[in-house]
Amino acid sequence: MRPERMVKLAVKNLGQYKLRAGLTMLGIIFGVCSVVAMLSVGEGANREIQEKIQRLGSKNILLKSVKVPQEEGDNASSRRMLARYGLTYVDAEELSRDVPNLVASTPMKILRFDVQYKARRLQTDVVATTPWYLRVQNHRMVRGRFLAGADMEFGSPVCVVGSRLARILFAGYDPIGQTLSIDGDAYTVVGVVGDIAQGEVATSNELWLEGENQNVYIPLRTYLQKRGDLFAQWSQGGSTFEQVELHELILTIDHQENVVRAVDAVRRVLKKNHAKEDFSVVVPLELIRQARETRRLFNIVLGSIAAISLIVGGIGIMNIMLATVSERTREIGIRRALGARRRDIVLQFLTETLILSISGGVVGLLFGALIPMAITALTGVKTVLTFPAFAIAFLVSVTVSVVFGIYPARRAALMDPIEALRHE
Amino acid sequence: MSEPIVELRRAVKEYVLGALRVTALRGIDLRIGAGEYAVVMGASGSGKSTLLNLLGCLDHLSSGDYLLGGQSVANLSDAELSEIRSRRIGFIFQSYNLIPQLNVLENIEVPLFYQGVHEAEARDRAQALAARMGLSDRLRHKPMELSGGQQQRVAIARSLVCDPILMLADEPTGNLDSKTGHEILELIDELHAEGKTIVMVTHDDDIAHRAQRVVRFLDGQIVSNERNGAARP
Repeated sequence: MRPERMVKLAVKNLGQYKLRAGLTMLGIIFGVCSVVAMLSVGEGANREIQEKIQRLGSKNILLKSVKVPQEEGDNASSRRMLARYGLTYVDAEELSRDVPNLVASTPMKILRFDVQYKARRLQTDVVATTPWYLRVQNHRMVRGRFLAGADMEFGSPVCVVGSRLARILFAGYDPIGQTLSIDGDAYTVVGVVGDIAQGEVATSNELWLEGENQNVYIPLRTYLQKRGDLFAQWSQGGSTFEQVELHELILTIDHQENVVRAVDAVRRVLKKNHAKEDFSVVVPLELIRQARETRRLFNIVLGSIAAISLIVGGIGIMNIMLATVSERTREIGIRRALGARRRDIVLQFLTETLILSISGGVVGLLFGALIPMAITALTGVKTVLTFPAFAIAFLVSVTVSVVFGIYPARRAALMDPIEALRHE
Repeated sequence: MSEPIVELRRAVKEYVLGALRVTALRGIDLRIGAGEYAVVMGASGSGKSTLLNLLGCLDHLSSGDYLLGGQSVANLSDAELSEIRSRRIGFIFQSYNLIPQLNVLENIEVPLFYQGVHEAEARDRAQALAARMGLSDRLRHKPMELSGGQQQRVAIARSLVCDPILMLADEPTGNLDSKTGHEILELIDELHAEGKTIVMVTHDDDIAHRAQRVVRFLDGQIVSNERNGAARP
């Protein structure tokens, strides 16, 4: 029988059982939906990881100072007004010397200060660092320039502001050349820096820095000349002084494959210099690996669920087709008597199955595109629709249906035409 | 006698029903010439339905040979038998056996599509036959919307659509009232007059008078096979 005729006939036959065909299609629709949604969520997570790789840099090692709680034993010292902890200049120097394959070492002091422009005042993080910072963090300049080597050398009172801070603080003014007051000290704005992932809100349980677009960057040298390492912190009705030489230190290694070896060296140096573990070592490369592993598990779980729902859909199809075949036994007998070969009968029922699954698949794809959007809208989880997700869902559903459709179709074809003709 | 369309040689058909071996045909010989109109009679279980299924290539012989139009079909595959059914045989059933979801035209077209005939040509041929059967104003009706006589006309049109060399009718008037049955028999007479070879199974002696040849079955054997004097020459 000619294919176009076959399709017309199949549509006509399915039309006899509209409700039944619709319900059968639901199984496929849900299956395809769940596969598309699963792959979209997975792809979203993947993209997010990729972005974070870019932001943190897979060749970086992040060292942070951590304030260690005072131990029970030294009550006397806890009453002291000065807390000293964290990474030191000596650490930085020794790390520069001892860590293999080191390309750059970027020290940072991160302090919370009031910044003021004219009458506008707000509190934000001030990062005192070196010109390398820009390259290490993959930030890009929106306007002007970043801190330069000369600023370090001369301790110039210049600053670079984050794009968001620039919008809030300098609304209506060109920030370049303006004077910004940082805790009472005057700095000249020389540039505006933008973030790679602008406008993205980092969630609190993640390791990445948040609100970088609001930061102010100043030369480390300038800050040290003005303030030194002592920092007053106001808390619980009194002030304590903290002395932290470096809040963060980012070490950049030449190649990803050398990172692991470098991390070992870093830990050795810090262990030697620090009695207490008043620092943390974050290796983005390891984080990325962990994230990938997590995502793999996640994909396996979601994939199994989606596969099960597709199989359930397939069984639904088989069930319906078996019922249809047995109801239409007589029709099969008639067709065989009129010259239909077994192949024609198999094709007839397979075509019906295919039409059910293809139309179910198409509807499933439409809903499958909506579900990830709904997930993103409701939970903020990033999802990405990709063509492979659609193709996989569609092909898998059609394959499942054909596999499950073959048995009923063969059963129809293998019937004895004489018996089938006698069937009431 | 003219060239035989049907030639059975010592045809034996046995069934296995559980532990029981049933012999439905006990080595029969039968020749039906081109253009002949033969009636097969016999009590139920005498083997006449088995004979019709064999003649229609729906079943295989256990032993012996069957030549249809001079070609042996005893050892053909299922697909080859299907091909023969589609091109050379026209079936007319007692219960019409139309496909319920298809309309009159579509029912008539069914055998053509298994031969790969184009849609337009199939439509033309089905329309011409429907017109001949007096069904022109019922083309888009479903079988359920037709009377018994009309349904049997559709079935006859369907059996003619491939221009078969052998027409097999199984009690074609069994489900019809006598007036409608008579009309259908007239129609079959007409086909015979046009030269069609027809084999009809029936219980009815009155119908048997219309045929040229009456073959009587008893217990899987032919007990009489005589030319009917009352029939047309």
